Amino acid sequence: MDLENQARIKKAAEEFGAENLIVILGGAEAEAAGLAAETVSAGDPTFAGPLAGVPLGLAVYHVIEDEIKSECDAAVYEEQIGMMEMVLDVEAIKNEVSSIRKQYSKY
Amino acid sequence: MLKGKKVAILGDRDGIPGGAIEAVLATAGAEVVFSTTECFV
Repeated sequence: MDLENQARIKKAAEEFGAENLIVILGGAEAEAAGLAAETVSAGDPTFAGPLAGVPLGLAVYHVIEDEIKSECDAAVYEEQIGMMEMVLDVEAIKNEVSSIRKQYSKY
Repeated sequence: MLKGKKVAILGDRDGIPGGAIEAVLATAGAEVVFSTTECFV
């Protein structure tokens, strides 16, 4: 995950409180989405960025997960995301991100 | 779950971009504190 974005996530968690912040991902690949989810919950697994050794424990979801989709307006969702949802490996992404969340998210 | 919550968006240029995620989360009442579109290539 981009080092600058790690810094922004860290700052936002400090400013608003980790319990009040949710990270929403849009990654195309399950592996990349899982890596980003791990970075904001358990800390940077590559030990390269500001979140190395910083387990923020943030709640993290991919935008295609049912928990998020069900709370959004269906027409807007279809217009903005419907097309990509058809081409992404939705099940793999859901499994990867929810697995990371269950292991490392504290909120 | 999203209503009134602060959200940070990490979109993906080859997946779902930050702007599209912002648009749908706005309909759920979430407050976007930052939004970006990464490029993983």
